[in-house]
Amino acid sequence: MAAFLQLDQVSKAFGAVTVADALSFDVQSGEALGVIGPNGAGKTSMFNLITGTLSPNSGRILFDGRDVTRSSAAKRCRAGMARSFQVPQPFSGMTVFENAMIAATQAGGMQGRAAEQLCLDVLHQTELLDRANTLAGGLTLLGRKRLELTRALCARPKLLMLDEIAGGLTEAECGALIQTIRDIHARGVTIIWIEHVVHALLAVVDRLIVIDFGRKIAEGAPKAIMESPEVQEIYLGIEADA
Amino acid sequence: MNLSNLHVTRTSRAAKAAAVVGALILIVLIAAPWWAGRADMRLMGELFLYLALASLWNLMAGYAGLVSVGQQAYVGFGGYMLFALTIFGGIYPLGAIALAGVLGALVAVPVALLIFRLRGAYFAIGTWVIAEVFRLSFAQVSALGGGSGSSLPVGIVKSLAASRSGREHLSYWLALGSTVIVIAAVYLLLRSRNGLALTAIRDNELAAGSLGIDIWRTKFVVYVVTAALTTMIGALIFLQKLRISPDAAFSVNDWTAFVIFIVVIGGIGTIEGPIIGTLIFFVLRETLADLGTIYLLVLGVVAIVIMLKAPNGIWGLIRGRFDIELFPLSFRVKTTHPSKKG
Repeated sequence: MAAFLQLDQVSKAFGAVTVADALSFDVQSGEALGVIGPNGAGKTSMFNLITGTLSPNSGRILFDGRDVTRSSAAKRCRAGMARSFQVPQPFSGMTVFENAMIAATQAGGMQGRAAEQLCLDVLHQTELLDRANTLAGGLTLLGRKRLELTRALCARPKLLMLDEIAGGLTEAECGALIQTIRDIHARGVTIIWIEHVVHALLAVVDRLIVIDFGRKIAEGAPKAIMESPEVQEIYLGIEADA
Repeated sequence: MNLSNLHVTRTSRAAKAAAVVGALILIVLIAAPWWAGRADMRLMGELFLYLALASLWNLMAGYAGLVSVGQQAYVGFGGYMLFALTIFGGIYPLGAIALAGVLGALVAVPVALLIFRLRGAYFAIGTWVIAEVFRLSFAQVSALGGGSGSSLPVGIVKSLAASRSGREHLSYWLALGSTVIVIAAVYLLLRSRNGLALTAIRDNELAAGSLGIDIWRTKFVVYVVTAALTTMIGALIFLQKLRISPDAAFSVNDWTAFVIFIVVIGGIGTIEGPIIGTLIFFVLRETLADLGTIYLLVLGVVAIVIMLKAPNGIWGLIRGRFDIELFPLSFRVKTTHPSKKG
């Protein structure tokens, strides 16, 4: 079976800075993949390459059986990708509900009452319902992160890409977030999740990849990856023989 | 908040009241030939045409982010098309205005393909350069008077209406009608699914693209439609003036600088902004125009003060304080009370 998402030798450099170095990996349909790596390793750039915000210097990206390497971000979204931004990108002059409506109508292909109901349901799920009429520009950072998740969910994606949404949450909020993402995964949505809050990640994902300097340095079962000395050294900054 | 008790609405009491008041004002304005003097009607006609230009520029710059300083290209093109089509084509003036709109859209397509390669300040300068190219090109057409321009022949003017007052009434109603149509079109567009996409582009292009909105196509459509309607307004403006010359037709001051002033002081990115801005502009102009250059100094000072003190314009100030909308675009999530179901 062909992979749902396939990166094939994808490279991207800005001058001397390499953000993706012959990056290759597959994601199967219905899988939940976790991505870890130190700051500046190229994790968010990888999302930008997959979603089309950046285009690679070389390599191919296949999604749902099609080569999307040269497709625009909008086209890839309509093909079923949705993401949250690590640095929130709200539509500041619109309310929280309207932000959700844009995702539901433009990306999710919904209309009228059905779109409104979907937005209300998702806002309830992401605990933003009581801020529905607030301008998105007036939200706190935590609120903006929740709004990122809300929009991604309202887009009704086949592939959901989450970029560091658990940072700054309390223990209880983090538990609720894990449950939300598990529910979405259980509905058959494929997930790629970049996260520094490792325990949240491990509660959801089936597989982990580790990225450093734009290269994939490890891939496999979460437990084995986290215990490997190489990952401990590079990712956690612990000397392997210490 | 309980999920089942919620409903979503796009109307409000203020908007309903505004609609009623707006309809009454419109009726009074339609009846102007029976209560207003000749000079007043002329002034109001001019005001309506400026309001239409400002609403169009606001749609293009305030929503689609296309800050053009070259819309005089289409105003002048419209004026010249009116003259050319009526004089050489023998077309009835109102038909010529409609046809000018179509030609404006056709011209806007290659212009857009060219200037859409430019970003930000380069885009703005590019549009100005294009407008200058239009001006210089029409100054070469000796059949339309070259650099010194020409007048609309009496026969064509009389074909509109036999009497002078008949023509004045018609041109007043055309100006009023066109501004109503433009504002209604902008409102309906912004309320539609495409309007939601356009508002998203206004706020954040990166996020808009990632949510499936085709930014280039949306901007292209807005640019071409704006150009077509601006061309028609231009034709109307020169049907009132009856005389055209390249300098008047392609004046960056008259058709772009004043329009930007109106939109910025009124409130860019809102439908109400251009309406308030147009009223303020005409009040300033009518009270200060006799002072000559001091009038322009005052305009500049007003623009600077408002940009510093109320960056979202006067309407932005009002909306921020009272949370009202005269043209209801926003969605409101409300609790439904069991006694009065909404």
